[in-house]
Amino acid sequence: MKNDYEAVVGLEVHIQLLTNTKAFCSCTTKFGTSPNMNTCPVCLGHPGALPTLNKSVVDYAITLGLATGCEIRPFSIFSRKNYFYPDLPKGYQISQYEDPICYDGALEIELAEGQKRIGITRIHIEEDAGKSIHDVDIDTLVDLNRSGVALLEIVSEPDIRSAQEAYQYLMQIRQIVMYLGICDGNLEEGSLRCDANISVRKRGTEKFGTRTEVKNLNSFRNVERAIEYEINRQIELIESGGTIVQHTMLWDATVHETKVMRTKEKAHDYRYFPEPDLVGVSVSEEWMQQIRQRLPELPLARKQRFIEQFGLPKYDAGILVDEQSLGDYFESVVSKLSGKTEESYKLVSNWLMTEVMRILSERKIPASEFELPAEFIAELVDLLVTNTISSKIAKEIFPQLLTSNKSPIELVKEQGLAQISDEKLIESLVKDILSQNSENVEKYKAGKSNLFGFFVSQVLKQTEGKANPKIVTEILNRELNNN
Amino acid sequence: MISYSTFRIAAQNGTITTTDSTRQVVSEIEKQKHLNAFLTVCESEALAQAATSDKHFATGSPRLLEGMVIALKDNISTKGIRTTCASKMLENFVPVYNATVVDRMNAHGGIIVGKTNLDEFAMGSSNENSAFGAVEHPLGDNLVPGGSSGGSTVAVAAGLVHVALGSDTGGSVRQPAALCGVVGFKPTYGRISRYGLVAFASSLDQIGILASDVSTTARFFDAISGIDERDSTTAELPATQSLAMIEQPLLRSFTVAVLPDSELAGCDADVLKVYYSRLEILRQNGATIIPAEIPGSTAWIPTYYILATAEASSNLARFDGVRYGFRATVGDDDEDAMIVRSRTQGFGAEVKRRIMLGTYVLSSGYYDAYYRKAQKARRLVLNGYNDVFTKADILFLPTTPTPAFKRGEKTADPVAMYLSDYFTVSANLAGIPAISIPAGTSSEGLPIGMQLQAKSFDDERLLYFAHHFYQLFN
Amino acid sequence: MNPIETVEYVAELARLKFTEDEISQFANQFQNILSYIQTIEELDLEGIEPLTHISQAENVFREDVVQPSLPLEDVLRNAPKRNESFFKVPKVL
Repeated sequence: MKNDYEAVVGLEVHIQLLTNTKAFCSCTTKFGTSPNMNTCPVCLGHPGALPTLNKSVVDYAITLGLATGCEIRPFSIFSRKNYFYPDLPKGYQISQYEDPICYDGALEIELAEGQKRIGITRIHIEEDAGKSIHDVDIDTLVDLNRSGVALLEIVSEPDIRSAQEAYQYLMQIRQIVMYLGICDGNLEEGSLRCDANISVRKRGTEKFGTRTEVKNLNSFRNVERAIEYEINRQIELIESGGTIVQHTMLWDATVHETKVMRTKEKAHDYRYFPEPDLVGVSVSEEWMQQIRQRLPELPLARKQRFIEQFGLPKYDAGILVDEQSLGDYFESVVSKLSGKTEESYKLVSNWLMTEVMRILSERKIPASEFELPAEFIAELVDLLVTNTISSKIAKEIFPQLLTSNKSPIELVKEQGLAQISDEKLIESLVKDILSQNSENVEKYKAGKSNLFGFFVSQVLKQTEGKANPKIVTEILNRELNNN
Repeated sequence: MISYSTFRIAAQNGTITTTDSTRQVVSEIEKQKHLNAFLTVCESEALAQAATSDKHFATGSPRLLEGMVIALKDNISTKGIRTTCASKMLENFVPVYNATVVDRMNAHGGIIVGKTNLDEFAMGSSNENSAFGAVEHPLGDNLVPGGSSGGSTVAVAAGLVHVALGSDTGGSVRQPAALCGVVGFKPTYGRISRYGLVAFASSLDQIGILASDVSTTARFFDAISGIDERDSTTAELPATQSLAMIEQPLLRSFTVAVLPDSELAGCDADVLKVYYSRLEILRQNGATIIPAEIPGSTAWIPTYYILATAEASSNLARFDGVRYGFRATVGDDDEDAMIVRSRTQGFGAEVKRRIMLGTYVLSSGYYDAYYRKAQKARRLVLNGYNDVFTKADILFLPTTPTPAFKRGEKTADPVAMYLSDYFTVSANLAGIPAISIPAGTSSEGLPIGMQLQAKSFDDERLLYFAHHFYQLFN
Repeated sequence: MNPIETVEYVAELARLKFTEDEISQFANQFQNILSYIQTIEELDLEGIEPLTHISQAENVFREDVVQPSLPLEDVLRNAPKRNESFFKVPKVL
């Protein structure tokens, strides 16, 4: 029975750092240049060349470590991981083996049942390899632009118990590294990469089952699908009397299955030893303090704060913090509201989640590049909560805010769009409409309740849409019930 | 060849030009071709540099190395000039950058006249392991010049150049210097940049200087030493000022430590004769001789070989025929087969042997037993030397157990060859500076060298003592 | 693994190929290493920390400032096989 089993999953995530230069040489990390244009004797592995450590790489490692509650190792060194591959120029990768710079951290993920803590075993610094292109030519083509780019490897504890948890963990990592400004979190383009280690065991047992490693997870959804698939595959195999073999699997996204890698399972004997060309890294309390002070508010904390401080629903808060500059924009708008009430905050949130995000998505820009001044939205919301305009009018104005560069108040004034909230006036209008439509009034009273909408629309038509719908509805109800 | 100091004075006086001197060098190198000391001669580049030197001398502004004719071991990267490491693997390799030491010597007015032969990838003690033929001892007679910097040493010993650079990982500058009768100096680890030195064993390698006298060595050292931002293992120190230091008069009294006699048991009788007689000369000139015990000396060679081959196996992994170097032409083979064939055919037997040993000691299951133990033994050596130098100014010992031996004499048994490094490897293990100076000859007239060692970063004082001892011994 | 298997394993790791004779020679030489180790094991290494670096320096950093890379012609100059922009190797399986 599937429920008798528990999945045990650990994720290894590699993030490509947004430093200006590579980890061990001064070549640029900028993308999109022609092949082999960003290389030098060091990252090409030329005889006699030596690595030099980029300080920013260490800064970013400490930053991520502190943001995930890790211990920062006071003194750490680099190691060589030795293996042969055409896009690994030195025949070894400079990495950290025995004593990584960060260890024993964790992050919280949100599940339906509440929050769950996923441990982080270690975070260490290493360098990327180049790219091999296999299918364009008879030969394999090698481009070493990416060789030497700085990476951080984040290894989770095997605390993940489902594909859904894995997805949440990965999204958290992505959000955090983007908030910290150290990585652009793009799984599809490879600046964030994920491998999963998956095993299953009967519930209640402590012993780990044999695990497989699943690679080629090139989208967030595929991470979830692949893990789900592999968990089920293992359970079914065990249930039918088979045993799990420790393979490296690839996720085949076309048929939605994990498959054993075809290449020879060569013994991975990396012969780690301390890198003699680089000296050790010593992290002082002062250094950590400097970095700690620069840490931004992280996504989960910000989400909680949006819920508590602004009374936003969890759903809204989640959407607003997903991208850091959208959250910044929200706070900017909110700071400019005249009336600071939960109703206002909710309205701001609605406007951002619908109209604003639609535009950002169409234009493929982050909120930081959105030119609409935050005070315009604040003003719009102020006009709404004071019933100066109706939401229908607000929707009409909004596109004009983008094109005319006039503030909402200016537009309302210019076009006379202020809502009619004068009760006496509306009462007289309502009475007129009802007396002009006596037949329909009879039909309404006889039970055709959908005629109510007709009466409302007639009043609105008379007022060119400016009558306050709430008041119209109140008065209509009163008049219809009284007669 | 006249000494550099004589040349420099003459050039300043206008009685000789660098261009003439350089031309003579090139012609002499050609005449002595049979020595096989040079793999590449850069005549046009050298003459171009010589012309610049002439101008500097003429205008009375000679730089530190003005007009000095230099040979470089062919494992030092020279932009635009073939650098082979005496290997088929790099037979046609032309570097695209200069080693830091090359930039520095150029800036000081040095003239690079050619690249010298060596044991392939600096692995050997006789220069019999070159893919381009062995190097001859200047005295001929089928003798080896020593190695791995055999070509550079012979270039100096045969009077072809003023100075030559070699590399010293376990004695590869000092040992050939002793066998050929010249001065061979290995600085403190980190005193000279390794950027551009093709790595053999990164934590042991240092560029070393070969010359016929200590003052030329000191001058060159001052020109190329000092921190290099491209090599993180260089010490945070400026260039040395040894030329000034060596001219100071010898101290009236100083302390010289010596190894226990039991350590010298494997030495040739001639070597011992020179050793003891020179020690007596030192005694007569102010030396107080004290015994030194460096614990773990029995393990020097095994420790060295484990660490050096391990690092070498990793450093030579970049030679895979992908981006440069020898690629074996294959049919429809895959990339992995291409790499195996290229490495198998491109590397010589000794190099492959050391790669195998190094790979073995690092492989899974053996790391703790071999490599880690060797690292501990290494610290024991370092501690031992630190202790010696609290009590003595220098350590005095033979450079090699025997004078130059015949070709083929030690190639049958690799272990015999390794043992000839006994007196030199410890300085690389501890990172301390060491120098071999000519000290006498054997009964057959073969050169015998004696070695001085000092504590880390005491390079200038080491050269100072070496300068004076050289004069006392010769 | 027996000695011959060990040699073959190590040769594969090192990407080298040997004849049968050479492999037996290596098997012997690996045994010799063991005798080397005996010498080290006779030392008293109790409490001795492994020496990983000679240099006592720490935190030798480089500022994160871009410097020019090599021109493409220099990058590919020594390439055994290439096209205009890439290194070429036989198909990777």
